[in-house]
Parts: sequence; C-alpha cells; structure tokens
Amino acid sequence: MGKVFHYFRSLLLIELLQGMWLTLKYLFRPKYTIMYPMEKTPQSPRFRGLHALRRYPNGEERCIACKLCEAVCPALAITIDSEQRADGTRRTTRYDIDLFKCIYCGFCEESCPVDSIVETHLLEYHFDQRGQNVVTKPQLLALGDRLEPEIAARRLADSSYR
Amino acid sequence: MNPLMLDVIDPFRDWLLSFGVIGLLLWIVLKVLAIAVPVIIAVAFYVVWERKLIGWMHVRHGPMYVGRGILQAFADVFKLLFKEVIQPSQAQPVLYVLAPLITLAPAFAAWAVVPFDAQVALSNANAGLLYLLAMTSLGVYGIIIAGWASNSKYAFLGAMRSAAQVVSYEIAMGFAMVGVLIAAGSLNLTDIVMAQAGNSGLFEWFMWPLLPLFLVYFVSGVAETNRAPFDVVEGESEIVAGHMVEYSGSQFALFFLAEYANMILVSFLTSIFFVGGWLSPLHGMGIPLLSVDGWWWLLAKVGFFASVFIWFRATFPRYRYDQIMRLGWKVFIPITIAWICVTALMAYYGVFEAGR
Repeated sequence: MGKVFHYFRSLLLIELLQGMWLTLKYLFRPKYTIMYPMEKTPQSPRFRGLHALRRYPNGEERCIACKLCEAVCPALAITIDSEQRADGTRRTTRYDIDLFKCIYCGFCEESCPVDSIVETHLLEYHFDQRGQNVVTKPQLLALGDRLEPEIAARRLADSSYR
Repeated sequence: MNPLMLDVIDPFRDWLLSFGVIGLLLWIVLKVLAIAVPVIIAVAFYVVWERKLIGWMHVRHGPMYVGRGILQAFADVFKLLFKEVIQPSQAQPVLYVLAPLITLAPAFAAWAVVPFDAQVALSNANAGLLYLLAMTSLGVYGIIIAGWASNSKYAFLGAMRSAAQVVSYEIAMGFAMVGVLIAAGSLNLTDIVMAQAGNSGLFEWFMWPLLPLFLVYFVSGVAETNRAPFDVVEGESEIVAGHMVEYSGSQFALFFLAEYANMILVSFLTSIFFVGGWLSPLHGMGIPLLSVDGWWWLLAKVGFFASVFIWFRATFPRYRYDQIMRLGWKVFIPITIAWICVTALMAYYGVFEAGR
C-alpha cells in the first residue's frame, strides 16, 4: 500500500510542486544584498581595521616603547626601535607595521599598557606602490590625530563591557 | 494581422516580386530576417531575464549595473565576441568549426513553421509538426560533433550523454505530439491552434484533455534543450561544460544562442500545441478587448513558459544520469502511450469536435 501511495505521490509531482512553490515565495522576498559602496553594514566598536598611534590630550605621544606589542604580535608584523629622549623618557624612533604580515588580531591593542596602538574602524584602504604596505610611525601618528574623536568614542562605547 | 500593416506590406512585396527571381529571394531573406533578428534579440533579453529571475529566487538582485541590468546581455555578447577563438591542436579542424553552426542552424530553421498569429507564419506548411520534430532532433548532431571534434574527454562524455538523453526524450516528445495530432486532426500548426478555439475560452485548450501529454511534452522539452534539472550534458560540477569545454569566444556564443533559441522555441511550441497559441483565454465570451485574439496572447504564454524554464533551474537539483534514463523510458513513454489511447477514444467519441 505504501508503495502504491509513494508511486502516485511521485507521479503527481507533489514534491516538485512544493519545491517550486518555495522558490516562488522566495522570488518576492526582500533581497539580502547590501549595495556596498552606497550602503554599509553596521560596524562594532570593537572592529579591528587599520592601525593608528594615539596621543595624550596635551599632544605628547602615548607610546613608551615597551615593545609588548612587538613581542605579542603573532605575525611578527611590528618592528620597534627606541632611544632615550632629552627629557629622560623612553620613546620610539621607529614604529613600523607591515600590513601584509598583519592578521588584524588586535593583540597589540590588548597588550598596550597606555592605549597607544589601536586598531581603528578604517577598512577601506589600498596601496599603489611596493613598500607602502609598511606603515611608519609618522603615518600612524597622523592617522591617530585625524581619527582621535572617533577612536575615543569607540573606546568609550566599549568600556562598559571590559 | 491587422489590415493597416497588410496595406504597407502587400504593395512592398508586389514591388519586390516585380524584379523576378532576385526580388523573390530578397523577399524571402527579408522574411527570414524578420524572424531571426527578433529571435536573437529575444535570446539576449531572455538571458538577462534568467539571471534576474534566478537572482530574485536566490534572494539577491542579479545584474543591475549595465543599463540597470537590462543591457547586461549585450555586455556579455561583446565580451564573448572580442575574445580569442582558441582551437585545440588535436581537434578535428573542419568538424570543430562546423559544430556550432550545425547546432545553431536547426535551432533557427525550426522557426520557419512557427505561426505567430492567425495569418502570420513564414511557411504555413501542412507537415509543420513533422518538420519541427525533424529540426529539433537535428540539433543533437551539433552537440555530438562538437564533443567528438574537440578531442577532449569531458566534451566526449557530454556528447555521449547528450546523444542518449535527446534520443530518449525525443520519443516521449514525439508521442506527446501524436496526441496533439489526434486531437487536432492536422499537422499544420495554424490548424492545431484553430482546433483549440471554442466558446468556452481557455477550457477548449488541449492542455485539459491532454494534461499528461502537456506535462510530458514540456518536461521533455526541458530535457531536449539540456536545461536544468536535465543538464547532465553540460554538468558544470562533473564535466565542466560538456560539449562546450573546448569552445571559446564567438563559437561558444553560437552554442549559447542555439540553446536559448531552442528554449524559446520549446516555449512557443508548448503554447501553440497545448494552451491555444494566440487565442485569448476568454475567446468566444464576447468580452471587449480581453476576448480579442492576437500575438500578444501568444507572447504572454511564451513568456510564462520561458520563465518556467528558469524557475525549474532555480528550484531543482540536477538529475542523476540513470534517473534521467529511468524517467524517460519507464515513466514518460508508458504515460504517453497510455494517453494516446485515451486521446484516440476521446477523439472517437467526439470530445475534440467543435462546440463540445
């Protein structure tokens, strides 16, 4: 009896018609596509994009060349040289991040005792020449200066979850 | 056709015919172009429609940049035309070049007998249905030759699958046509459509008494044109592109054109054989505008069936090869044979006579 039932079920194309009904319903669904350059997905405050070095409000750079970020970096993307400045503080003379090596794990930001190195929300950037993948200290500081309000706002938004 | 157009066309034809044989040839070429060019353009827009519809069914947008997506087909065509035509060094040179043409020629030749309106057909042949059967079967030669001449295992496998599949489904398709032929009592396509005219509009169409044949015919048509879910011939995931693997550029475009022209042709034929061609679904009911027969009804029906092709593709996974053979030989052919007998009985007891 089950066999006969199954035979007629397949002969009357019931399952195929069910499938077609499903695709027909999907035809009229609102589409999932996001029109990327015009429309963007929401970003978390923890988003890890391009790096930046921050300064204190008085203009002094935060980085004290402790090299924790260099040590923790799993991709060995960070290179730091340091010296003693005239006022006796230790500062970096070189702070290079090779963005080709970087895996954007955020360990540098986590390890930083003075919240100096951060990963910003920038994700749309490109290089047009060989060598531009290594971002230097002045570039990182400049980026930090430019994005400071947004960086600070995002750190504040995330602070209550830490 | 409406009298205004006839007023323009008839004197033009007489003027051309006054030049003798050359004028006659020119007139025939013009008539051929009047069908072939719209078919090619229809193929272009059909491709866009396919990509859009499948996109929508996948809950995405489909092409939407080249002329809001509508001109995407032309972008594709020009891309293909500008690409290099590469011929494998071990390919059969003559057959390799001929194969796309052999595929394309029957796909277009079949249009000769397709009637578009009561008086509009390139050739109102009395054996139109036989001609169509012959032409749609010829298309497989191009595929087999392409598979053989490419000297590639994938292409050859595709060609063999295509040969077996098309031959199997040809039989079911032919039997389905026999049912139509019994019901209409004619091989002439215009007569077949007119046999579906009656006072109760769409209930006079052959799709009701011949429902199993209608379904078998359309599904066989999908299998004949090697479309999903019967696309084992191309089978991207198994044999790359089947008979078309070794073809590039404009030669590939020819295969593509033939495939889509065939799909539109099958949509036309299904509309003509089973759902009353250019007859209005409200034919004979005396409702103004809606009861008027005309080519727009045919195009609407064709548009529906052409969309169903795409709908199938968006819905069903590919059949396994042995399942295709089982479906063709053990399901479709018995059903069609049985229903031909039923149709013969219906015809004997006068179901198909006018006014019943």
